[in-house]
Amino acid sequence: MANVTLRSVRKTYPGGFEAIKGVDVDVGDGQFCVLVGPSGCGKSTLLRMVAGLETITGGEIDIGGRVVNQVEPADRDIAMVFQNYALYPHMSVYNNMAYGLRNRGMAEAEIKTRVEEAARVLELSPMLERKPRQLSGGQRQRVAMGRAIVRQPKVFLFDEPLSNLDAKLRIAMRVEIRKLQRRLNTTSIYVTHDQLEAMTLADILVVMNGGQVEQIGNPLEIYQKPATTFVASFIGAPPMNLMPLRADELKSQITGADGAGIVGIRPEDFVISSETGSGGVALGLTVEAIEHVGAETFVYGSRQREEQGVAANPGELPPGEVIVRVPGVSGPAIGERIRAVAPRDKLHLYTADGRKRVGE
Amino acid sequence: MVEEEGFQRYLAHVILWIGIAIVAFPVYLALVASTQDNAVIANGQMSLLPGGHFLQTYYQTLFVGTSGSTREPVLHMMLNSLIMALLIAVGKIAISIISAYAIVYFRFPFRMAIFWIIFITLMLPVEVRIYPTYKIVADLHLLDSYAGLSLPLIASATATLLFRQFFMTVPDELLEASRIDGAGPFRFFWDTLLPLSRTNMAALFVILFILGWNQYLWPLLITTRDDMQTIQVGIRKMITTTDALTEWPIVMATALLAMLPPVFVVVVMQKLFVRGLVETEK
Amino acid sequence: MQKQAIFQSKLLPYALVAPQLAIVLIFFYWPAVQAVIQSFLLQDAFGLSTSFVWFENYLDLFKEPAYFAAIVRTFVFSFAIAVSSLSFALLLAVMADKPLRGSTLYRTLLIWPYAVAPPVVGVLWVFMLHPSLGVLSRYLRAMGIDWNPLLDGDQAAALIILAAAWKQISYNFLFFLAGLQSIPKSVIEAAAIDGARPMRRFWTVIFPLLSPTIFFLLVINIVYAFFDTFGIIDTMTRGGPGKATETLVYKVYTDGLLGGNLGSSAAQSVILMVIVVMLTAIQFRFVERKVTY
Repeated sequence: MANVTLRSVRKTYPGGFEAIKGVDVDVGDGQFCVLVGPSGCGKSTLLRMVAGLETITGGEIDIGGRVVNQVEPADRDIAMVFQNYALYPHMSVYNNMAYGLRNRGMAEAEIKTRVEEAARVLELSPMLERKPRQLSGGQRQRVAMGRAIVRQPKVFLFDEPLSNLDAKLRIAMRVEIRKLQRRLNTTSIYVTHDQLEAMTLADILVVMNGGQVEQIGNPLEIYQKPATTFVASFIGAPPMNLMPLRADELKSQITGADGAGIVGIRPEDFVISSETGSGGVALGLTVEAIEHVGAETFVYGSRQREEQGVAANPGELPPGEVIVRVPGVSGPAIGERIRAVAPRDKLHLYTADGRKRVGE
Repeated sequence: MVEEEGFQRYLAHVILWIGIAIVAFPVYLALVASTQDNAVIANGQMSLLPGGHFLQTYYQTLFVGTSGSTREPVLHMMLNSLIMALLIAVGKIAISIISAYAIVYFRFPFRMAIFWIIFITLMLPVEVRIYPTYKIVADLHLLDSYAGLSLPLIASATATLLFRQFFMTVPDELLEASRIDGAGPFRFFWDTLLPLSRTNMAALFVILFILGWNQYLWPLLITTRDDMQTIQVGIRKMITTTDALTEWPIVMATALLAMLPPVFVVVVMQKLFVRGLVETEK
Repeated sequence: MQKQAIFQSKLLPYALVAPQLAIVLIFFYWPAVQAVIQSFLLQDAFGLSTSFVWFENYLDLFKEPAYFAAIVRTFVFSFAIAVSSLSFALLLAVMADKPLRGSTLYRTLLIWPYAVAPPVVGVLWVFMLHPSLGVLSRYLRAMGIDWNPLLDGDQAAALIILAAAWKQISYNFLFFLAGLQSIPKSVIEAAAIDGARPMRRFWTVIFPLLSPTIFFLLVINIVYAFFDTFGIIDTMTRGGPGKATETLVYKVYTDGLLGGNLGSSAAQSVILMVIVVMLTAIQFRFVERKVTY
């Protein structure tokens, strides 16, 4: 049991590339911390620095009250689950789990107890003598988990452990990982690029971009109050609608929009209505596409004669497009003109560079 | 697949059997000759069917040797060849796998220079450096010794390259997992890398064993004592005397015994052999 | 190309490369350097004094008709061995590539000569075609050929070429078969649909697709003919009759054995080294190697 503290941690590669530009994170004892961000944002590098697989070029990493900057991975009392599992292909499931314990000189009897217990928990007991290649993807994933569990480490580290599984298995394993972590109550750091995984797993969510932390907090807080436009567009699917506010009609609708350059509205915060929300936003849209998901419907509309949206990050909406969520299966038809209205308290206002919330 | 007509297929079988016959005929002849009487052979009256001297010839070949040219029992020559072949094959694999390990898994000054130094030996086969190498081996007092037979041939750019290629395909995460599991460079090598290299080592061993067993020029130069002779050198000495004295049945029996171990290896371990051959040439 | 995950250690990597490096330096580089140095020196008849003579040893070599003849002979041998062995092996491989019953048996029966050592090949062939007692010689004489490779240089050369080509069939066969099997069947089927008859299919589709393999094998066979025929020549003809079967490698060996001119012998070694370097360069430049540095 331990807390993990990162104090202005930096990583500069010999070539001069700054992968991590000063990160501060505090993960409390037994908490589940998720690092999320697009690929290349430095989240994996940061995790590998905690593991000791990458050197730390600035700042301090502290595990359980001990600065581990110069400590070998094996001596940090951590266990890691890799994206490709990194199982030893020539060892049986049993030996894969036992290997780390043997290297530490643990008695065989104790190893046996631990491995069998882990196998029971992970439902791997019938497969202990098999080789990794004889297992399915989900089973291999569980062996990788087992290898981490038997060590009874202070900290679990997960590097996108579910990304090699198919969608259905991924959801099942996500739930299992969370249950297991709750029961063992071991401090965990988990890296993913999947915001849904991040939202559902995290006690503390760390959203990263370009080697920096964009926002830290509990997932709902981050969802409700994204600190920057990057977080706003990264967390939530479909992403938040972000529209520029200049001296245009849109800005004049909103009360207290001084200093704001961008307004963000989540698709689910719109209502299709003919009324005008006082101090809120009302958009005239032409429906261009409709997606029926079953429980809800997404309406893709374009604003006429409006300025282009701020597509600051890849994967965002095309300029001028607005997504509106409608509950159920009813909704407008393609080509229809609609008014999408959002009240003032559902608006997220940001400075023009998208780095700061305003108007609250 | 484009279907072949009956005649085409028939022709293919015939051509293949002709090929096999051409390939096998000299060996068949050797087998026949080794079972016949030397006097008959020397007269040019050899029959194309096996004779009755099988046991006698092979007994004399293995345990006594020729009565004229070299009096060394061929069994002893085979033992010399075996020791040399094993030393060369195991030695090459051992020193190559550890140098490849160093080159792939460590960063150190002169790493690439050392890699190239090893690599360039591809262009220095023993044939182009025989006498200077002979002189060094002589100066080191290694003539007529197993060390002298094997050491100068034991470096292997091919094997080093092969292991390097293989190590590059081993996922990085395996080493990282090992480090987290508390394994250092030695343990990682012994517990993970070596077991993973098993097939490669076996394939390489098959090829290198054959290569070692079939060495000729080098043993010919540095062995002078009859009891250090390898079988390839021994067989040559059996036909050095004038033709009239050559004991052909024994020569042929020796030829068959000389090819027995490597051919056996090729046929029995065909998969590994083919793999090794293709891997070492690419 | 480099690994990202590595170990940190100052001395261990040197210890790991030390054995190989020691062998390479003592038994490969040192002798090679010796040969180069020696090739620029001239020793007097009694071995009492040596003097630096620049390229005199080399010039002498090229003025020597026997050396020039050995160069030509080596290339003729190489070419003859490569062409005869390659064409026969290609024929067999094309046949074995067909979906025949017993194709694995055919492969097994054709690849084993790879394992036969050159001196053994020499012994087998010398016995088969021995002028007085060889089984095949009887038939040759019955056909009216005055067969005596012990006296006739051309016949001796033919014998060496045949024996050397025989040994190399299995190697070439194996690589041709692998090459043929790597040609996608769909390409051949497409050619069949385009109306190409089997023979035409072979020359217009299969043969061009096989050309990298052919080129690769050509280089390998030439290297083989240069160096690995030593054992065959030494057991069959000892370079004779006269010098009719003396190749470059064999000449280095015999000249050195006679203990004659050290400088000349060294110069010959250096020339051989240059040839190896060239052959290796050709192989790397034109044959796509999967080695990346």
